[in-house]
Amino acid sequence: MGQTILASFRWLGFGFLDPLVKLFQGIEPKKNGALFLKKAIIPILSIAIFLGVANFFSSYLYNIERERKIEKTRETQGDEAALAMQECIDSGDISCKPNSLPSPADVWRATQTLIADHRMISTDKAEFKTRTAAVNAQRHAQGLSSIRYTGRPSFVDQIFTSLKTVFAGFLLAAFLAIPAGIVLGLSETLRTALNWIIQIFKPVSPVVWLLLVSMVVKTILASADMDKSFVISFISVGLCSMWATLVNTSVGVSSVDKDYLNVSKVLRLGVVSNVFKVILPSSVPLIFTGLRITLSVAWMVLIAIELLAQSPGLGSFVWEEFQNGANDSNAKIIVAMFVIGGIGFALDRLMMLVQKAVSYESKA
Amino acid sequence: MEVLTEEKIMLECRDIKKAYPTPKGDFVVLENFQLQAKESEFVSIIGHSGCGKSTLLTMIAGLNDITAGAITVANYPIQGAGPDRAVVFQSPSLFPWMTSLENVLIGVKQVFPHATTNQRLEICKYYLSKVGLADSFYKKAKDLSQGMKQRVGIARAFALKPKVLLLDEPFGMLDSMTRIELQDVLIDVWSKEKITAIMVTHDVDEAIFLSDRVIMMTSGPYAKVGEVAHIKLERPRNRKTVVEHPDFYKYRQQLLTFLDH
Repeated sequence: MGQTILASFRWLGFGFLDPLVKLFQGIEPKKNGALFLKKAIIPILSIAIFLGVANFFSSYLYNIERERKIEKTRETQGDEAALAMQECIDSGDISCKPNSLPSPADVWRATQTLIADHRMISTDKAEFKTRTAAVNAQRHAQGLSSIRYTGRPSFVDQIFTSLKTVFAGFLLAAFLAIPAGIVLGLSETLRTALNWIIQIFKPVSPVVWLLLVSMVVKTILASADMDKSFVISFISVGLCSMWATLVNTSVGVSSVDKDYLNVSKVLRLGVVSNVFKVILPSSVPLIFTGLRITLSVAWMVLIAIELLAQSPGLGSFVWEEFQNGANDSNAKIIVAMFVIGGIGFALDRLMMLVQKAVSYESKA
Repeated sequence: MEVLTEEKIMLECRDIKKAYPTPKGDFVVLENFQLQAKESEFVSIIGHSGCGKSTLLTMIAGLNDITAGAITVANYPIQGAGPDRAVVFQSPSLFPWMTSLENVLIGVKQVFPHATTNQRLEICKYYLSKVGLADSFYKKAKDLSQGMKQRVGIARAFALKPKVLLLDEPFGMLDSMTRIELQDVLIDVWSKEKITAIMVTHDVDEAIFLSDRVIMMTSGPYAKVGEVAHIKLERPRNRKTVVEHPDFYKYRQQLLTFLDH
């Protein structure tokens, strides 16, 4: 039992928590306690230092903004107004709060606001559902589409929308890049003939992809009744991020161990079994390395694309908050930044686990 | 020396030449190389590193082109690689994502396309048991030790029922204890099947213990057959009686003297 927990923690990549787990299980408490302190102190210290620096820097910027604001009031409205402004700022009244980099405390408050906001919207939604349940059942019986909740999405909803878009884009990338990579890997001629496409399109910025995709989608889906901005953004994400998988797959397929190919020749395997039983399994590790890069690139460009495509999600959340300019908007942007980073990290870990599971190499 | 009649010859290499083109003209590895192997004969080829013995073996296997000359198996010229010339590679070259059974089975499927699944499995299991892997059918090849991998390699080669068995320094990557074990496994399986075998090695004792004939190659370039030793130790051979046999040291002396210069 204890061993399973340890093993699964290690498998998940939390090997550094070993001493803590052992501590809870009561194995060698002295030694593991010391080990845990040693391993935990540095991360905790680094977080504390980070928060300290952030706090110092934000209060430094805040003071500059404060002085500037008071000075400006003095210039335009005279000494009395400046004094009033100074009092107003120092009293913590949000109406005259200078707009600058939020402090860690501001970010924490914004996080709580966002969570509260999500709770509120969820209850609102649930109420809406119960209220419309009868009507919707009626409409359903008549063959009409049901009434949908059209209120503002909460922050958590935005996260899920973004995840949906990134997975759609990722799947598109995988479906395009893996077969294309296999074909390119198998044929030296095609590889040299089409190399220019990869070399030219790989470095193209997500913004340009978005414009290109919207040019096409605008025409094709002109009359279709569907969410165009979602289609545009997921296709752009896919096209931006597929190149790593394409290149890795073709490298994997074209560089299969010569020994395996010799065995395949001696056994006179046919083309199909050669590809599916020898070449593909042996390039699986490289293909998954490519997919892992693709997913992290997809997540990175997604935010930029959403921001521009006006498609709902974290990117548009950030953009709307920036445009909004409310007194806690900046703090909300920082919250979004950490959420984006955290999700990116989690996605990468997830892909790493999948990669480990499918890899035939006997790595520890 | 016994005259070899046509029908008894399983493998013949006639006037083999292998040259690699270089900017300064051809680099000739082998020239005028002759080799005949009878049915059920075990021939070892020994020589210094780089003398072209492995090149020769890959040419017989059909994995490497010959520049001039002809190779025939049972009087038919070879065409590319094929399961009639099974190879035991130096690195076992198993597919690591398959179990040991699957590694053998993939070849058996090619050689016995009309057999039922059960018959094929029987063949695979028979040979795997023969090499001492009766309890490792379903282990992934990546989880096997180097010695066990080479056991699978041997089983895979025999299971193809080849006309000629080609062994390319099959024990070169193993430690000496495992090497001795595997030589015993090989001689044990071989003595039942009596497949014509060509083995490349640079281990003198291994060559004597396993072979009917040891061909000593001169150092390259332009390598050719230097000397031939006919090993007339009685079969089936047993390591203990072989090393106690006075002729063993005679052969050993002969080989070492040749390799010494």
